[in-house]
Amino acid sequence: MTLPASETGAAELWEKLAARIAAGDRFAGLFAALRSPHSGDAAAGAALVLSAHVAAGAGIDTMQVALPPGAAGYPALTPLVGAAFWYERVIHDQFGVVPRGHPRLAPLVLHGSAEDHALPRHVAGYGMFTIPHGPVRSGVMESIEYLVETPGEAIPHLNMRVFYKHRGIEKRFEGMSAADGVLLAERAEGIASVAHALAYCHAIERIAGCSPPELAGLVRVLHAELERIANHVDVAAKLADAAGLAVAAARFAVHKERVLRLVSGLCGSRFGRGVVVPGGVSARPRMSPGALLTELGRLEKAVMADADSLMATSSFLDRLRTTGPLTPARAREHGALGPIGRASGFSADARTERPYDAYPSLGLLPVRAHETGDALARLAVRWDEVVQSFDLLRRVARELAGTAAGELAGTDGGGATAAACEPAAGRAAGWAEAPQGEVLYDVTLEDGRISRCHPRSASFHNLVLMHDVFAGDILTDFPFIEASFGLSVAGVAL
Amino acid sequence: MSLWALRGLRNGVVTTKWPKRPDGYADGWRGPAVVQNQDVAEPVGLGELCPTGAISAGAGASTRAVRLDQGRCILCGRCAEARPDVFAWSAGATGSDAAALTREGLVLPHLPEDDEAIGAARARLRERTAALRRSVHVRHVDGGSDGSEEWEVQALLGPVYDIHRLGVFFTASPRHADVLLVTGAGSAGMAGPLRATYEAMPDPRVVIAAGADAVSGGLLSAGLNSAGPNSAGPDSAGPDSAGPDGGSATVMGGVSGIVPVDVWVPGSPPSPFGILNALLIAVGRLADDWKGAR
Ligand code: SF4
Repeated sequence: MTLPASETGAAELWEKLAARIAAGDRFAGLFAALRSPHSGDAAAGAALVLSAHVAAGAGIDTMQVALPPGAAGYPALTPLVGAAFWYERVIHDQFGVVPRGHPRLAPLVLHGSAEDHALPRHVAGYGMFTIPHGPVRSGVMESIEYLVETPGEAIPHLNMRVFYKHRGIEKRFEGMSAADGVLLAERAEGIASVAHALAYCHAIERIAGCSPPELAGLVRVLHAELERIANHVDVAAKLADAAGLAVAAARFAVHKERVLRLVSGLCGSRFGRGVVVPGGVSARPRMSPGALLTELGRLEKAVMADADSLMATSSFLDRLRTTGPLTPARAREHGALGPIGRASGFSADARTERPYDAYPSLGLLPVRAHETGDALARLAVRWDEVVQSFDLLRRVARELAGTAAGELAGTDGGGATAAACEPAAGRAAGWAEAPQGEVLYDVTLEDGRISRCHPRSASFHNLVLMHDVFAGDILTDFPFIEASFGLSVAGVAL
Repeated sequence: MSLWALRGLRNGVVTTKWPKRPDGYADGWRGPAVVQNQDVAEPVGLGELCPTGAISAGAGASTRAVRLDQGRCILCGRCAEARPDVFAWSAGATGSDAAALTREGLVLPHLPEDDEAIGAARARLRERTAALRRSVHVRHVDGGSDGSEEWEVQALLGPVYDIHRLGVFFTASPRHADVLLVTGAGSAGMAGPLRATYEAMPDPRVVIAAGADAVSGGLLSAGLNSAGPNSAGPDSAGPDSAGPDGGSATVMGGVSGIVPVDVWVPGSPPSPFGILNALLIAVGRLADDWKGAR
């Protein structure tokens, strides 16, 4: 592949990209990588290649441009496509290359220099002060720092420092075998282990040109949907806790524990780790489809009864209604993923737009989008998704009962759990719909080893939207807004 | 409001009686791998089975041919699958998934000198925890976790594990904390805040490293320190034994390079029972003959 090595190339590409997004495509990510010496002209030195991903119809398109070797900068994409704001800061952190015209090029994922630790101030005025929250938070929480600049009650500006947890995941992928890579993907964002494993494996399978057996597709959906239910119930527990509804919070905590125990009953791990492997799944569920159906029935009844009560508790609804609103225009412009987008009328769902594994055969329909974009709408979307997940799970359990009876024996060689999948070289994107929204992996293999792997969680893409949802809200709304986003910091600062 | 009051009553008893009475679920999932057979005809290639370098075989002056470092084990199961004659899953949190009082205590099988060191560590810990009052306060710090560890710690606060029944409480202020519970591999960004939290705590203080990431860096540091379990576990008493940070220079080999660790919990992530067990060990709530400590 030859790439035009020029800065004008970048400017031209951004124009094209912006035009596509204006026409309805969605910006899905921007990554940089040094072109490895032996795939280009080594004499010229390593060139930085920028790859922009665009979700369009049934696929993800990758558009790329190579900067001239040694280039100190390139024209920034962010002025044209605002959603690139954090992506370009990461590239600046990683490679030191300057996106010229970027509105705020402070360190994002790498631990900043000393002067960056002075509290920034964006809003001037008498009596303004900055309240830092974190990185060590009160309570059991992931490390992140929120700097709230406020004249008192209202929140005019929020600044986030996410670099504290940065673990160098991208770098760690390099040199791993395709089979080992999935173990790291499971640990990129631990509360969405299954979705990350799926997105990673879909990329590997696309490079290999292999497709998982039907049975594996079902087991994958089984674990992906249980992960979704656990996450959404967790959000409900945290919102109830923020509202001081101790009994409700406790009951949702019990339901979540039941989901995790069901997952461990199926595979041995409470987070579904070790299930998804390149080419399929590692084993059949350790539970009979009948027992699974029974437990699903009980669980759904218990969860939905409490969900209905919660949505009928007016003191609770009052705290969520109009809290942390994300406007539909902003959601669309940013390409807000998952429940956050769906609560603001923007419905990007990898399961229906670019379906994978058993989703096509299960006939999943998009969930109803809401328009109000407040914390209440985000919770309402989550309940719609939970109902849909239970419905999918029941169908999966029935299909699994069919495979146990040997009905699939003819089609995939006796109900095999995985197809051979050991690709040597190539590059592909893979995706999956995590509870937080679409997870995207861009994987490059050389000689059977990973030479580059960019994971992009929905948490990373969505967290930046916290800047835009505090209009008119007061400090006491903060826990509701944070919980209603339902993101994981681990997935942000990889 | 009355709606939830009624529901609360209908909740029934969901809280575990553990550790007073056994809990059927405590061993209901897979724990870190164990070595079940030392008499291996061909130990060659056993080390390569493990993606985190937890297994060493046949090397060195050790009398034991095969050793497995549960502090590095991320429960991928490859060893047990490829060589069921040598390795097996352990079951759950109260068997061999228990916490250890020294880093070496997680490396199986124990050497005679490990057992001595474990005895000494137990005596030191007992001295310190004797001063703790009846109710114990815990400060949790995420030192660069993958996020799942926080879920498992949060589970302890819910009705199923309900640590309040055992007189253990979480606190926001390090000045009121007796125990520092650390999750995550020890990212560079969290080194300062973690150290500051530790220093703000009054004596006596006990530090728990919860999970393979906190103990060794887990998969994140694997390959950066390929010396294997015989050299794993820097001096568990010293905060200066910073782990390897080779390739990415981002993650240390666990949190013991930042704060001095007293109790080491395996697991990826550690289970709620495993963390609960470690908390009880940390505050001297478990009898000496308790098999949950090693
Ligand atoms: S990580 Fe644990 S289970 Fe996996 S091969 Fe190593 S020792 Fe065995």
